[in-house]
Amino acid sequence: MMSDLVVRAEGLRKRFGKTQALDGVDLAMRRGTVLGVLGPNGAGKTTAVRVLATLLRPDAGHAEVAGIDVLREPQRVRRRIGLTGQYASVDEDLTGTQNLVLIGQLLDLTTRDAKRRAAELLDWFDLAEAAGRPAKTYSGGMRRRLDLAASLVGHPEVIFLDEPTTGLDPAKREDMWGVVRTQVAQGASVLLTTQYLEEADALADDILVIDKGRVIAHDSPDGLKRRVGGLTLRVRPVDPARVPDVLRVLDAVAAPGTNASADTAAGARRGAVSVPVAGDAALDTAVPALRRAGVEVTELALHLPSLDEVFHALTEGGLTATKQEELV
Amino acid sequence: MTAPTLDVPLRAAGGGDLDHPRGGPIAALARHSVALARRSLIKTIRTPEALIDVTLQPVIFLLIFTYLFGGAISGGDRHAYLQFLLPGMLAQSLAMGGIALGQNLNADIDKGVFDRFRSLPVARSAPLVGAVAADIVRYLTVCLVMLGFGTVMGFRVETGLVPAIAAVALSIGFGLCFCWISVWVGMLVRTPGAVQGVMFLLVFPLAFGSNVYVQTDTLPGWLQGFVQVNPITPLVATIRGLTVGGPVAAHLTTTLIWMAGLLVVFVPLALRAYARRA
Repeated sequence: MMSDLVVRAEGLRKRFGKTQALDGVDLAMRRGTVLGVLGPNGAGKTTAVRVLATLLRPDAGHAEVAGIDVLREPQRVRRRIGLTGQYASVDEDLTGTQNLVLIGQLLDLTTRDAKRRAAELLDWFDLAEAAGRPAKTYSGGMRRRLDLAASLVGHPEVIFLDEPTTGLDPAKREDMWGVVRTQVAQGASVLLTTQYLEEADALADDILVIDKGRVIAHDSPDGLKRRVGGLTLRVRPVDPARVPDVLRVLDAVAAPGTNASADTAAGARRGAVSVPVAGDAALDTAVPALRRAGVEVTELALHLPSLDEVFHALTEGGLTATKQEELV
Repeated sequence: MTAPTLDVPLRAAGGGDLDHPRGGPIAALARHSVALARRSLIKTIRTPEALIDVTLQPVIFLLIFTYLFGGAISGGDRHAYLQFLLPGMLAQSLAMGGIALGQNLNADIDKGVFDRFRSLPVARSAPLVGAVAADIVRYLTVCLVMLGFGTVMGFRVETGLVPAIAAVALSIGFGLCFCWISVWVGMLVRTPGAVQGVMFLLVFPLAFGSNVYVQTDTLPGWLQGFVQVNPITPLVATIRGLTVGGPVAAHLTTTLIWMAGLLVVFVPLALRAYARRA
């Protein structure tokens, strides 16, 4: 079972001056999966990636990547990883081809193979036309693509992506997601930090939530959602004037101790009613009751809470408080 | 984006495998340093204005000291002063020529590029060794510009082609050793501007408190003491001997000892500072 883990860390601690960037982080990533590391700015995500990618020695703790001790044999680890940092780490004065050929040479490819690999990657990332231009003439999105290409030159077993889509527009972001999925399909494992919950939801098999240098949750996206809140039933009547009737109907199926409420949260479309429910059996009661009340609906759906809600619940002390209560 | 073909074999490089670089660690260091030196050279070629400190600047110094101060210093014989000054000027320009390297590395190190190098299986020292190796081109440039422009001004090599080539080779060698101070400073301070500030503080006393501009015996005794222990002094004396004539052997020995000393002290300091900076 342990050999199935391609990244494993225990008790990672790192202090910078007064800041405890990592305060005992445990982490595990299964081979062939995407692990999303979520957390607010300054939570310790980048520090964790830098430790795992052999760029930073932790003050304490143990880490293995591809079964190799990161602290004892960093060079062996480096042959098996690819890293794309928060900012694009391409050399602006070098052309796209020169950037990738240099990486290939440093990975001990022959010059001929390094050139072939560079051409192949530039082609894949739609950079073939810009291959001969210095990277400083590239747009932000092109630099990101070149940067990601650079981390793939050596066919890495484990790919670390530190906020790979920060600052990209939605279409470019989805391109990037496609790249990640392809890499995983080809057998790589990807550890990805992000501030976008949507991104973690779309890509990650498992999610690790870090806050203030500590892991506050590690679960599948659905598991996380279930842990923080139960199912929600949402109903939107065709006629917004029927909202009070819907409220009355849904109150009857509410989970114990809860009430139906009109969606008034910031950003929510008006005119819908949500209610926490104990299980999907609530539908069996709610649908006939709505029919009987003569309410026509445009939306009727059972939701897990969004990762946004989960994230806020976790990082604003919600889960920590629950855990402390359990400990008492 | 279409799916990649990935037809390039993994780790194709003849004989190497995932855990053993081709040809062993020394060959790997040499290979990686050459690849990284090539990167530095491409950057130099893309920004020719970065060569001003090894082209225009030494020429201006040469003009000022020959035509403005030369007459006064030498009692009217400007040609004799040029013959005396140029070898010294060459040594000073080499010491100053290394400053840019520390500045460039300082500017580079906090960018993502160095993170990428550090995440690759190359020797820790390769990025620094590569950058230093690429500086050979700058030192060769300064030698050719000084000798070429000096010739136009009336400087003449009085020894022969072989000693002159030896002088150039020694100059480049000294530049490669001296620049490790700049590399070290570049790893320590926070901004490229600070590298320049610190290095000027070091290089100016060494350049002026030497035998570059005036005969040592015209100086007060305490200053003569400093000149005697200044590494620039034996270098200047050797270059003079190899280009315009004079004793060489003793000065050359002292220069080579200094060069070895600079390497022994500042290469480890620079590498350690680099590792810490990371």
